[in-house]
Amino acid sequence: MSNSVALKDEVKSEDGQRLVSRRWLLLKLGMAFNGLVGLALVTPVIRYLLSPMKSDDTYKSWIGLGPVGEFPEGETRLATFVNPVRRAWDGETAKVACYVRRMAGDQFQVFAVNCAHLGCPVRWFPQSQLFMCPCHGGVYYADGERASGPPERGLFTYPYKIVSGQLHIDAGQMPTLSNTAKLVTIDKAKGDCPCAG
Amino acid sequence: MRRLVAVYNWLEQRLQLEAPVKDAALHPVPRNTASWWYVFGSAAFTLLLLQVFTGILLALIYVPGGGQAWQSLNVLNHQVELGWFLRAMHGWGSNFMVAVVLIHMVQVFLFGSYKYPRELTWVLGVFLLLMTLGMAFTGQVLRFDQDAYWGLGIGASITSRIPFVGGRLVHLLLGGPIIAGATLSRFFALHVFVIPGMLLAFAGLHVWMVLKLGINEWPMPGRVVRRSTYLQDYRKLTHEDGVPFVPVALWKDIFFSGAIIAAVAICAFVLGPFGPSGQPDPTIIQTVPKPDFFFLWIYAALAYLPPAMETPFILVAPIVGIAVLLGLPFFAGEGEKSWHRRPVALLVLCTAAITWGVLTHLATFTPWSPHMDAWSGDPLPPQDLRQATPLVRQGAVIFQAKQCRNCHAIGGSGGQRGPALDTLATRMTEDQMIRQVLQGGGNMPAYGKNLSPPEVTALVSFLETLHPPGQPPATDASRKELQTSEIIAAPLPEKRP
Repeated sequence: MSNSVALKDEVKSEDGQRLVSRRWLLLKLGMAFNGLVGLALVTPVIRYLLSPMKSDDTYKSWIGLGPVGEFPEGETRLATFVNPVRRAWDGETAKVACYVRRMAGDQFQVFAVNCAHLGCPVRWFPQSQLFMCPCHGGVYYADGERASGPPERGLFTYPYKIVSGQLHIDAGQMPTLSNTAKLVTIDKAKGDCPCAG
Repeated sequence: MRRLVAVYNWLEQRLQLEAPVKDAALHPVPRNTASWWYVFGSAAFTLLLLQVFTGILLALIYVPGGGQAWQSLNVLNHQVELGWFLRAMHGWGSNFMVAVVLIHMVQVFLFGSYKYPRELTWVLGVFLLLMTLGMAFTGQVLRFDQDAYWGLGIGASITSRIPFVGGRLVHLLLGGPIIAGATLSRFFALHVFVIPGMLLAFAGLHVWMVLKLGINEWPMPGRVVRRSTYLQDYRKLTHEDGVPFVPVALWKDIFFSGAIIAAVAICAFVLGPFGPSGQPDPTIIQTVPKPDFFFLWIYAALAYLPPAMETPFILVAPIVGIAVLLGLPFFAGEGEKSWHRRPVALLVLCTAAITWGVLTHLATFTPWSPHMDAWSGDPLPPQDLRQATPLVRQGAVIFQAKQCRNCHAIGGSGGQRGPALDTLATRMTEDQMIRQVLQGGGNMPAYGKNLSPPEVTALVSFLETLHPPGQPPATDASRKELQTSEIIAAPLPEKRP
């Protein structure tokens, strides 16, 4: 501290400790003032940063997949839709795919393409009636139940309903274990299922 | 010349950089450290500068928008003059940087450099490694092709496993409910502003500490680090047997850095840029996503973990791993530096390296994944079927058509998820095969619902032919007894359920 400039009026006690002077008090007040301004600014910044974190319901809505007749009975077809929450510059990433299985009549199962293990796209093989995942080898039966491999559960399903001959599903966000963690039986054509993706 | 000196003096009078630079350049370092083993740190820094430079050049063209990023990369690859080369330089530079940072870390670990008083240098180094890996991952995302898209899906799925807040964190990670433009924008901000800024600041501090604390001396067995004496010992070492850093040590750094940049350029020129692979259209599901080289080992580990262990392992292992790395200099801050006297350290290093190598190797051919196109793309060896009966041939058709081949190899081609079936008949009897096909088990799906009884008969009669010429198929001893017995003349009981 040899080359530091001492203030002319700085008061030091006998043991060299600096006592409170007007300038030091002003410096501390200035720091406190900056702290206050910072605190006032931090709140909107954090709210801006956390704005994508919303409840599942905010992101979900009913989306039409087309007339029921497009899905032949006893078959599983890949259907695509545009995500209800999207931005103008999303391009093709706004699109989402799902598998529609029509058992009979108005009985459907709509699966997410995302493997329940780590989200890779499972592929449907109609010959063996299996969904296979290319990433870590998860395999599912036609009804979405886990057949083998690392997944802890079956495929994620979307709730569906049929409105004037159109198949609708309740979708809007990427299905993961945190928003579809439980294997719940889905009520048909009600759309109030707590599990959807 | 005199004018140059005048300009220099004019600048020096204002900048006053001569003294500190001279200080840094001419500070004495232990003679043994002027070694080729000490060149990796400076090479990593050089690569960081190369990445910043090539990154800025790419940013002149690249569009960080969900709808255009992939197209802009294709424009860079095919339409912008030498755009492909700059992309390749950045891609290969990234691989080299991760590799050199890892080698640097192994070297300082082996040399015990993290011990007193260089604990904080090591800690910053751990953060630098994490940030380098962060750059590699976010860089892969910016490629915004199918691998990037589904890689993000894996990242989101892992995040979702965090208890209580997982779902919300997925939203935060993706910038919304799905992987889309908002996701790319935030990864762009991370890759271009946040992480590089931190990397440069941390790397600067890291180098500052190397200058202030002195470079780690060459470890000698028996020269033990003690907090009370180390600083004096080191001072003695550098002042009695020291050499000035410039030029004695630096010339090797300079040559190695030059060689590394040349190697990046040669790789870039010969092997070209990485991707982009298919367009990031999530409705194209005919894709087999794969992470970049330095994340392959995680990909393999995730395939081999038992389901029940997976979530705890994914969430706890990284924290423990990082904590161990950060804590290392604090529980091993003193003692021997030489690897001759640190068998545990050496063993840990070898174990980690072998594990990493094996997992990475496995991930290059993913034996755990079904081969999605094997059933239609890999023909059966024709010699197996030349003499076959119609029933066996029908079985072979069913074997292919029901995607059995996706998991089971025959004649060296097909999936490796299940066992290869070339010698199946020698280890399973007919009844066992029927049971396995119908009920599945042992990580095989049950085919009971998807095969009619005649199809099972045909399939199993084909499987029965899978044995080497000189080796008879396995038979059920009791069945044989029944067949040869004269007492029982009735036909065999129906095999199928």
